[in-house]
Amino acid sequence: MPTSFHLLADAPAQLLPARELMAFTLASHIILVPLGVALPFITLVMHHRGLRRQDATALLLARRWSAVMAVQFAVGIVTGTVLSFEFGLLWPGLMGRWGDVFGVGFGVEAWAFFLEAVLIAIYLYGWRRLKPRTHFLLGLPLPFAALLGAFGILAANSWMNTPQGFSLDSEGNPVDVNVWKAIFTPMFGPQYWHFVVGMILTAGFVVAGVYATGWLRGRRDRYHRLGFAVPFTIAAVAAPVQFVLGDSIARSVFHEQPVKFAALEIVWDTDTRVPEYLFGRLHPDGTVSGGIKIPLLDSVLAGFSPDTKVVGLTSVPPDQRPNATQATIAHWAFDLMVVIGSVLVLLALWYGLVWLRHRRLPASRWFYRAAACAGVASVVAVECGWVATEVGRQPWIVYQNMKVAEAVTSTRSTSLWIMLGVVMGVYVFLFGSFLVILLKMRTRWRLADAQQAAGEPAQAPEADTPYGPRASVPAGDAPADGGTARSGDGRP
Amino acid sequence: MTADLIAVVLLLAVTAYACAGGTDYGAGFWDLTAGGTERGRRPRWLIDHAMAPVWEVNNVWLVFVLVVMWTGFPTLFQTVFTAMWLPLALAAMGMVLRGAGFAFRKPSRRLAGRRLYGAVFAVASVVTPFFLGAAVGGVASGRVAPGTAASADTWSNPTSVMFGLIAIATTAFLGAVFLTGDARRFDAPDLVGHFRRRALGSLGALTVLAVVTGFVTHEDSPYIWHGLTHGLGLLFVVVAGVAALATAWLLLRTPGTWLRLTAVAVVASAVVAWGMAQRPYLLPTSLTVADAAGASSTLTWLVIVTLVALVLVMPAVVLLYWLDTHGELEELTDAELRSGSGTDGEGAAPGG
Repeated sequence: MPTSFHLLADAPAQLLPARELMAFTLASHIILVPLGVALPFITLVMHHRGLRRQDATALLLARRWSAVMAVQFAVGIVTGTVLSFEFGLLWPGLMGRWGDVFGVGFGVEAWAFFLEAVLIAIYLYGWRRLKPRTHFLLGLPLPFAALLGAFGILAANSWMNTPQGFSLDSEGNPVDVNVWKAIFTPMFGPQYWHFVVGMILTAGFVVAGVYATGWLRGRRDRYHRLGFAVPFTIAAVAAPVQFVLGDSIARSVFHEQPVKFAALEIVWDTDTRVPEYLFGRLHPDGTVSGGIKIPLLDSVLAGFSPDTKVVGLTSVPPDQRPNATQATIAHWAFDLMVVIGSVLVLLALWYGLVWLRHRRLPASRWFYRAAACAGVASVVAVECGWVATEVGRQPWIVYQNMKVAEAVTSTRSTSLWIMLGVVMGVYVFLFGSFLVILLKMRTRWRLADAQQAAGEPAQAPEADTPYGPRASVPAGDAPADGGTARSGDGRP
Repeated sequence: MTADLIAVVLLLAVTAYACAGGTDYGAGFWDLTAGGTERGRRPRWLIDHAMAPVWEVNNVWLVFVLVVMWTGFPTLFQTVFTAMWLPLALAAMGMVLRGAGFAFRKPSRRLAGRRLYGAVFAVASVVTPFFLGAAVGGVASGRVAPGTAASADTWSNPTSVMFGLIAIATTAFLGAVFLTGDARRFDAPDLVGHFRRRALGSLGALTVLAVVTGFVTHEDSPYIWHGLTHGLGLLFVVVAGVAALATAWLLLRTPGTWLRLTAVAVVASAVVAWGMAQRPYLLPTSLTVADAAGASSTLTWLVIVTLVALVLVMPAVVLLYWLDTHGELEELTDAELRSGSGTDGEGAAPGG
């Protein structure tokens, strides 16, 4: 305990609020990321099915998902812009010294984001007036733009984990920057693929979870079956892949960031024949209480042999490793992620086996109960993964090169606490409104489907906009604009 | 050399954000001043429809500005965000609120909800450019140098206040000009006159503010004043003036496509004039482009990334604006989200 007090006393007062603010905004943003990266892909798969098989239900689902995408993307843009401001507002030391070493990744990300914003706008607003094929083809690059954006962000984050591509001059400033090495750091590959597959898996389970809930409540028409099956199949394919990738990234951490691995597995002293703890709590004196202890397993997992030597936390001085509390947090986050991931693999297997044997969706209520929870669980797993990688790196912001305390702004802690309060208020409003609007959209669609099933005519479109008459789509624009006379063949 | 090129890229990105983002903020300004629910109904309808497909793209320019700043000129980024902490924090909050307000206003149905989201969007649209302008003003006046601590003076001095007001007037001007064109595109002749009058008014206000700013910078920011009245800076000031006259002339006649071009030329030339006046400094008179430049290999890569991206992104942006101005982009109506209406009758009928 004295050590951690000592560390806290050393830290500037603004460190805690700055950290809380970054953690809060990033944790909020992360909720939107899986949908931002992978919902376009899932929607396009559904869209393709609709076009290919002339399936009106599939097209309807794709249209509705794109309406959700519109709102979700807007909120994501907003919370993402906040993050780029926070690099300057909270961590000017990080960007001031290292910006030119690892910033190029962000450059790639900015342009990818640009492309994504453009393509998404075209996709969202192209449903009515573009030709079906043109519209679909213009949407097709979207998942690739998302992958490119993820490339930039993950390059930056993996550089913070395993910084390289520079040398330090006598004053400790980076010189001789090698951008290529700074982007493709040892952790980049493992982190990138783990992230991408994680996003696809999470988005799939989240979307499928919505329709699984509908199934449980008795809505078992084709619309719900299709809305469930397509995203769930995508997620079910991704889940086992993610299991392998997750195992591989853990081993990369073991090799590249041994102290972080020690925190994730709460290994105190460097040793062979190290036991694995499921949960449990690390105390500042190195003892572990609670949890399930499995002898030898940690060594076996890290190096396929009980004789594998695992580096412990005490291999470095106390001020260069996470303290006991941080290690416990990272450990719990890591274990929770692994547990959730394993359960999701079992769920995917269940789905796959039923499909292989009967060529149909599972019929058990328990399956749908699990599937409904899988969406939330996978978002929790994403948050856990992020906590594990960030808390496990403490006290470093740039591993072994800059501590978080050195990077923090000099702004008074009071200002930061106030800003944290304001941001929390604003985000509650933001995410609350987001949820309310999604729920309202759902209610409206459900009502409309019920009306249509009852044979009532759908309301006139005018009733939809309380904001005045809908634009009469001009038959030909003003001559100066070149004029388009394609108003007639507008697709639904 | 590469550093100068990156500085030009940064200036162009700022210019693009001033024009594209400015138009968005301006739409918010006119949303705020559109009047009560009944009176403001039509203008707000137009603002909603004109902005929706492009506002996210316009916003991304800012992210790009920030990225070029911290990758190309890390010291500049660190200094500006330390010294201008409060205005930039407030601007960030403003951006969250306006984005959220705008995005949520469209899908919400009840009048109370629309009013709340609309008010958040509109107020934040006016406040945000002020703080951004004030931060730029603080830099232009030479009050920020590496190591400057955050203080009220860095952003609440005469130059900052004038730059903040100019930023608001600029957004209002751009917003009104673009909405004039949108009104024509959406077949709303009554709104053409509505926004044309406002464009003229805001151009007048902008001119007055520009003259006042001239006097203020003469006293308060001598380096910028010198730059704006000599050489390239002066040239771009003159171009901005000529473009302003042309815009006024076009506004008095039947507005056409040229109107947008001249309006953008006014704003772009003004921003470029400021950049030219600052040469060779990023922070007059303490940090030059060469001093602030990051590692040279990074700058080279930044140029390459920018070029590749231009090849990828520019066609996409052009396509978006082309589709948008040709009326190819239109949001889905609720009717279309209800069923597979139109081509087929059954749609999503349960069990279908």
